[in-house]
Amino acid sequence: MMVAMDTAPRTMTLPAAMAVGPAPTAGPTGVVFDVKRGSAEDGPGIRTTVFLKGCPLRCAWCHNPEGLDPRPVLSVTPGRCVRCGACVDACPEGAITLTEDGTPVTDRDRCAAAGRCVDACPTGARELLGAAWSSAALVDEVARDRPFFEASGGGVTFSGGEPLAQPDFLLVCLRACRDRGLHTAVDTSGYAPRAVALAAAEAAGLVLFDLKHPDPGRHARFTGVPLRVIVDNLRGLDAAGARLWLRVPVIPGVNDDAEARDGFVALLGTLRHRYPVWLLPYHETAAAKYARLGRGYGFEASGARLAESVSALAAALRAAGNDVRIGGDARA
Amino acid sequence: MRDRVARLRQASLARRPTISAERALLMTRFYREEGERHAPPTRRALAFRRLCEERELYLGPDELIVGERGPEPAATPTFPELTCHSLQDLEVLATREKTSYAVPHEVVDAYEREVIPFWTGRSLRDRVFASVAEAWLRAYEAGCFTEFMEQRAPGHTTTDGKAFRKGLRQFLAEIAAARASLDPERDPDATARLEQLAAMDAAAEAGMRYAARYAELADARADEEPDAARRHELRRIAEVCRRVPAEPPRDFHEALQAYWFHHLAVVTELNGWDAFNPGHLDQHLGPFYEAGLRDGSLTREGAKELLGCLWVKFADQPAPPKVGVTAAESGTYNDFVNINLGGLLADGRQGANEVSHLILEVAEEMRLLQPQCNVQVARDTPDALLLHACRVIREGIGYPALFNADVVVAELLRQGKRLEDAREGGTSGCIETGAFGKEAYVLSGYVNLVKLLELALHDGRDPRTGAQVGPRSGALDALATFDDLFAAWDAQLRHLVEVKLHGNAVVQALYAEEMPAPYLSLLIDDCIAAGRDYNAGGARYDTTYLQGVGIGTLTDALSALRRHVYQTGAVALPELVAALDADFAAVEPLRQRLVNRTPRYGNDDPAADELMRRAFDAFFDAVDGRPAPRGGTYHIDMLPTTCHVYFGSVTGATPDGRRGGAPLSEGISPVQGADRRGPTAVLRSAAAMDHVKTGGTLLNLKFSPRALEGDEGLARLAALVRGYFALGGHHVQFNVVDAAVLRAAQQRPEEHRGLLVRVAGYSDFFCDLGCELQDEIIARTEHARA
Repeated sequence: MMVAMDTAPRTMTLPAAMAVGPAPTAGPTGVVFDVKRGSAEDGPGIRTTVFLKGCPLRCAWCHNPEGLDPRPVLSVTPGRCVRCGACVDACPEGAITLTEDGTPVTDRDRCAAAGRCVDACPTGARELLGAAWSSAALVDEVARDRPFFEASGGGVTFSGGEPLAQPDFLLVCLRACRDRGLHTAVDTSGYAPRAVALAAAEAAGLVLFDLKHPDPGRHARFTGVPLRVIVDNLRGLDAAGARLWLRVPVIPGVNDDAEARDGFVALLGTLRHRYPVWLLPYHETAAAKYARLGRGYGFEASGARLAESVSALAAALRAAGNDVRIGGDARA
Repeated sequence: MRDRVARLRQASLARRPTISAERALLMTRFYREEGERHAPPTRRALAFRRLCEERELYLGPDELIVGERGPEPAATPTFPELTCHSLQDLEVLATREKTSYAVPHEVVDAYEREVIPFWTGRSLRDRVFASVAEAWLRAYEAGCFTEFMEQRAPGHTTTDGKAFRKGLRQFLAEIAAARASLDPERDPDATARLEQLAAMDAAAEAGMRYAARYAELADARADEEPDAARRHELRRIAEVCRRVPAEPPRDFHEALQAYWFHHLAVVTELNGWDAFNPGHLDQHLGPFYEAGLRDGSLTREGAKELLGCLWVKFADQPAPPKVGVTAAESGTYNDFVNINLGGLLADGRQGANEVSHLILEVAEEMRLLQPQCNVQVARDTPDALLLHACRVIREGIGYPALFNADVVVAELLRQGKRLEDAREGGTSGCIETGAFGKEAYVLSGYVNLVKLLELALHDGRDPRTGAQVGPRSGALDALATFDDLFAAWDAQLRHLVEVKLHGNAVVQALYAEEMPAPYLSLLIDDCIAAGRDYNAGGARYDTTYLQGVGIGTLTDALSALRRHVYQTGAVALPELVAALDADFAAVEPLRQRLVNRTPRYGNDDPAADELMRRAFDAFFDAVDGRPAPRGGTYHIDMLPTTCHVYFGSVTGATPDGRRGGAPLSEGISPVQGADRRGPTAVLRSAAAMDHVKTGGTLLNLKFSPRALEGDEGLARLAALVRGYFALGGHHVQFNVVDAAVLRAAQQRPEEHRGLLVRVAGYSDFFCDLGCELQDEIIARTEHARA
């Protein structure tokens, strides 16, 4: 997959109007597409993960396609639909029509993602993903699980999308969490201006830093952005003494070959410090999400030899002195 | 597991519960021959003596701990003086699909010839139904509440350390002292007290006689035993039975046998709910264990072998057979022995010791239906014990349950117990809090909180039958605001509580007068000192509970009414009630809206949780602190056993989108599938209830086995427990089993006989559960992550 290349990472501007979401009360506003509690894979202990919307990468296998666009996006789960037709009447754009058997079909080009059909839908088949949150409301929300954070050594993880793409909001949230004694982590692709990456690492208790591919050409080809920015940021954080966990999604046909393996080992060998390395094996659960967004999942991978690739990469990294752990989810 | 224990366990698992007529016949003959000659306390003591003297004894191969409730293991006695099974009942017991009992034809003969003719109209159950008010019967038949004492005696009873420190001869001395201190000239009750004390005296003697018979039997068997090793064991059994329960136990073996004799006496004398319980068994056994290791008379494996022998004893006593509504509210062979581990000592230090771990190991290896155990987790309880408990839980057998020892103490203190009595307390049955060895804490019936909303939406009428069951609390047009509606529900609640309490007064008076429990009274302070029976208010603390069922369904139903009728106006109240009456026929979009677009309990949603608290507080206000007939006090519990299925079956469609007849929510758990924000959100919602105002709440969570893999999964589970307890939760327990496994077990039960699952406050064999209950457990939300 080739994407027009734009080597300078920028932060995104927020959409002007947000149709739904908790009313902004105080502090800067961010766009969030999920707040997931009790998460186990996004840092130590029991965590609440905040998914910030919008990502500059276009990873071929992306597992959170609803997080790519910074604007809210309509998601439709046909299995829940009872064909009542309420959405048709509710849509101000006339974007929804019924097939002969009463199934609603949405013309995505006409959909303005205003969310009227979501309000009208009795089943929750139609959802608008992406809501504006004030930092104060968000921090109140994530603080609700404090007793479980305290008992487990957990906390709050800001993920995405790409959380560094909403830097002002992210930094205010991180600092507010820190002021309230909540441990924080940032799960990033590393593709951001250097100052933003350093500031986030300074404000967060931990950075989960994703590495997709060690080869510049293949990295650009599979993610749409250059590797150099990411590696530079990694070295910058390494030099600054940031607390890092490195995370490698192991994707069949992308980075599970011997060359990539050697490349990962070499790349990590150039860092000043050793960090825990999490290998996140690819899984195929994202296809349903694409369908709900009215898109096809273009990525095809055979997971037949995935376990082997993961073990081989783990063994190579361990042989080079890295602390390697195998995780559950592969995100991009 | 040693071979001996493995053999005993296998034999136990292979047994089929069978009805024995032995006890029924002995009781019938005693009552017929001399029942009329004695006042009730003496009558009961002499009836118990007859059982102790004439029951057949069983001493099987490999046994080290001896004694059965019936003539042999799993031969289940009946209690015709409480409930006399009809021939139809026996037929039902023999043929029903789940929890059936083999009924040999000689049992049917004995019932037809002797038992039924004598007890008809005399049994307590017959007299209860003849004595209660018409309004009570109407509400009972509508399924507004159940009655615990229509087939079983008051129970939920647990010993403190005295059963392990004292012998019956010391109780006899205490009885003598109590008699001596009575002043018939000044105390108008002195005669009654003397009568009670004489009965306790006779019961203690009878208990010693039963043990002495076992000593004789063991010696006789030893005389004939060709194998030297077994001969030695039989001599040892004889020695132990000559010592206890007459005198205090001196070692680990004697301590276990002493408890077992007490247990058998209590569950033979009467048929109290939840059998009898050893309380803080690890704390009681700790000193014997340490002493045995010190003097070389005991090894760790030897202690586990003896515990294994005792475990089989519990397993071999299926719950006495229940029929009708009682079978529906508690359909299980489990008799709810629940052993406490960890917790606190009377002086406030944490109470876990090496025996706590020993017992967890035995529980995990044995995997029996009974006994079940729980860990009382205090702030100071070592993480090692909690993690050990979590490891056993991860095995998926549904126990040990986990309790918040600090909150249990707070609950008991709120009810007015002394601090040291509260700390020696704990939980028994499913989740019920009690001051062990000092309290009668008696569950009296489940209350169908959801049915009351159905009544409120029909002006007090039961739409199922058309009967006017509750008061006229307002026609629909009078329910103009949500507060009006809530007030109508509250009016139904208050009325039904009134009706139930009147019925309780009748039932408790019958027990106080007719069914003293003189042996149990020996073990519960201050029955001896007061010269009053356990069933007549002799315990130091006396509590009667009403148990609320369906708080999750009720909350979601109220929340749906508030949101869609009173806030958005999406549906008018008459239209909604018409939809309920039609069981949502042809209005699926409306039902979907109610299910999916309502703030629901279990999601840490303040809008829903505040409603839950409001309903809970109303239930608390209607019941808590009311005086109870034995001189005790009413409090509330929040647990269902299997009653959420029965109550659901008699409750029509509800405004949360639940279809008529479907099970209600279980315990204080959310409606099955309504919780969508993970376990921490469920725990926070549940903690929104003020648990200290209860005598116990029951919360179950279900995890997929993958969620708890590895040390990290275990640590997260422990952290969820610590977090919930920091928020003030009373109890939590986990099912760790794949839904696919449960579905396979439904299809091929023969391959899954040993599959234990958490039902409510206890585990049961999945294949012994009714189909509706199996489906309900499958429908519970399965959390993929801890």
